[in-house]
Amino acid sequence: MLLGRTANGLYWMNRYIERAENMARLVDAGLRMALTRTQSADEEWRSVLLSAGAEHSYAQKHEGYSAATVSDFLIRDTGNPSSSMASIEIARTNARMVRTALTRETWECINEAWMSLRRMLAEPIDERDLATVLDAIKRETALIRGAFYGTMLRNEIFDFAQIGTFIERADNTARILDVKYYVLLPSVAWVGSTLDNSQWESILRSVSAHRSYRWVYEADYRPTNIADYLILNPRMPRSLTFCYRFLAEHLKFREQEYGARLPCHGTVEETLARLKVGSIKDIFDFGLHEFLTNFIRDNYRLGDEVATGYRFQ
Amino acid sequence: MRLVAFDEMLPDKSGLRPCYTEYQRWLEQQDPARLTEKTRDAERVFRKTGITFAVYGDEQAAERLIPFDIVPRIISGAEWRRLTQGLEQRVQALNAFLDDIYHRQEILRAGRIPKELIAGNAMFLPEMIGVRPPAGVYTHIIGVDVVRTGENEFFVLEDNARTPSGVSYMLENRETMMHLFPELFQQIKVRPVENYPQILRQSLGAVRPDNVSAPPAIAVLTPGSFNSAYFEHAFLADQMGVELVEAHDLRVVDGHVAMRTTEGYKQIDVLYRRVDDAFLDPLTFNPDSALGVAGIMDVYRAGNLTIANAPGTGIADDKATYSYMPEIIEFYTGRKAMLENITTWRCSEPDSLKYVLEHLGELVVKEVHGSGGYGMLVGPTSTIREREAFAAKLAARPSNYIAQPTLSLSTCPVLTEAGLAPRHVDLRPFVLVSDRIRIVPGGLTRVALTEGSLVVNSSQGGGTKDTWVLDD
Repeated sequence: MLLGRTANGLYWMNRYIERAENMARLVDAGLRMALTRTQSADEEWRSVLLSAGAEHSYAQKHEGYSAATVSDFLIRDTGNPSSSMASIEIARTNARMVRTALTRETWECINEAWMSLRRMLAEPIDERDLATVLDAIKRETALIRGAFYGTMLRNEIFDFAQIGTFIERADNTARILDVKYYVLLPSVAWVGSTLDNSQWESILRSVSAHRSYRWVYEADYRPTNIADYLILNPRMPRSLTFCYRFLAEHLKFREQEYGARLPCHGTVEETLARLKVGSIKDIFDFGLHEFLTNFIRDNYRLGDEVATGYRFQ
Repeated sequence: MRLVAFDEMLPDKSGLRPCYTEYQRWLEQQDPARLTEKTRDAERVFRKTGITFAVYGDEQAAERLIPFDIVPRIISGAEWRRLTQGLEQRVQALNAFLDDIYHRQEILRAGRIPKELIAGNAMFLPEMIGVRPPAGVYTHIIGVDVVRTGENEFFVLEDNARTPSGVSYMLENRETMMHLFPELFQQIKVRPVENYPQILRQSLGAVRPDNVSAPPAIAVLTPGSFNSAYFEHAFLADQMGVELVEAHDLRVVDGHVAMRTTEGYKQIDVLYRRVDDAFLDPLTFNPDSALGVAGIMDVYRAGNLTIANAPGTGIADDKATYSYMPEIIEFYTGRKAMLENITTWRCSEPDSLKYVLEHLGELVVKEVHGSGGYGMLVGPTSTIREREAFAAKLAARPSNYIAQPTLSLSTCPVLTEAGLAPRHVDLRPFVLVSDRIRIVPGGLTRVALTEGSLVVNSSQGGGTKDTWVLDD
């Protein structure tokens, strides 16, 4: 038996933990690009903001793009509700609300992450410390995940939290691809240029996949391979297929245990089926941008259907 | 005016009180630096587990720790037995009083307390007239504030019969002490308190509605995670293994209160509420409020729900009623009160008001409906200006105040940077009433950490200590 409000809290707790980490990855990738590129880094930082879905709110506060302002906005600024710091804070507020559903270890990890990041981000980040701060965020969220996986019972509580994780992650991966989709499109002029290489690497880096890519493809960066990896590869833990396999599994558990099939079950199965039978060629033929736009929309709808179906409010 | 206080460890030069003998022996072997380090350890534990409380009006420190002192407050088994007898008598009288007040009002007919005490009191709930809760229990969880002034002098300062808090600190303080000093608990036989949540659950289960079979569905009702005592609400729900609900999780469905779950609405039989009466039912109490559960009082009156504590118990613990507790106890138990009241002047009475105004510098003056140490005057430590301002308030609304002598509360040693030093303490044991009365051996000891201060409230800078009842 689980309160709808508790399911809601678990779902958002994990979405925000995932988001806090995603922001750190995005800034990390941006930083890398800014360091390795000879041209102005402005465009790179702008695309980081786009991937974070924060370009509009950023523009209301800052003019121009620099490592300092963008990283402050995405990491430290609690006025930006999606910044790492704000996300950790919201995650903790939700954790506090659902505290009785969490193991002591999980709660303590979240609480400690909040305490340590609050300390670390009390003052503006010195550019020399940025890499350290990003590492710290990734480490704290890894600790939370570790405590969560290591100690939580695999029951409805676990399911709703996981659904939050994977909806957020799928959204994040899809957005990163969508912002950079043009980089992945076949273009005669760019092939083989260093510009491409660093752009492609940046995409992989923003989902922490630049090393594992090479284990899987044993080849240079190729746009189709990169898209295939992030969309269709069932073993890449941030790919859309991976996320949807887990979403389908956790929702199936709910369907079986509660004995009720809801609209969200149809949605998750349809999306997963599309990902399973699809080849990357089909997706490129259909239009990568259109495919991703549809995916983001359906993913959003799934979140809505879960919230309604399981009485989150 | 400076009072000489009774120290519970070293009352005078002649020596240590026996219940501290073994602790003292252990203490002498400790390195002071290690003890200071242990204090810091304790703080880390509390912060890590999130045992914090919110202070109203203090944005900066939205979450603060209640300072914890590592020197235990020790009570002998014999002392505890005497104390519990007095507590049992008191809670029996409180429940009998509530039942009487909401039914025949014999005590008023007998002229033992004035009619105005009930009729003009905002804490009296007309909605409760004629309502008899399951098992006839009105106040199920009572935190009686007890102070000590000498070897055999215990007084009740306050009966908290509505939604007393602090029990989570009793439990976490013990947990922390066992974590910091496991060897102490090997050497000294301290009676356990950690079964409190189980006893609370049994107790709540025993007062389920008559038509509900065991086990009943129990939930803790909290105002939400921004409430100052939220940690405790979550802690108790967790330890009892019951749901923690907020009002907007609840709704009346088919004559029962039900909570919204991922599978639909599920019935609740016993609600341990940690919200005030006014936030229970907007239909009954507060039509303008969006808080509460519309119709819950109808379910309650129909006998389909137990609310612990019952609505309307505030009439038994307000400070005006408190001053009549000796009469109330004698009326319902037929015996004199075993635990004494503190002399109380009711400012509503002209003679008392006159006395209070003439002796403001010696007295503690409190608001009748106040709590948490807010809005009170501590005469001996006040300035002339504060007294003048308070005298004006008293003259304007005398019935809003009571006054008591400034008691010389007993002291216990606390660890300071300069070693052990005495500080004033009080004690809040928690009494559970259902088919019988259960009291876990211990309670919350609050300590005024400022030298000489008599205000132990956590909202006013007080701290806490682990409270040991010896198994002797």
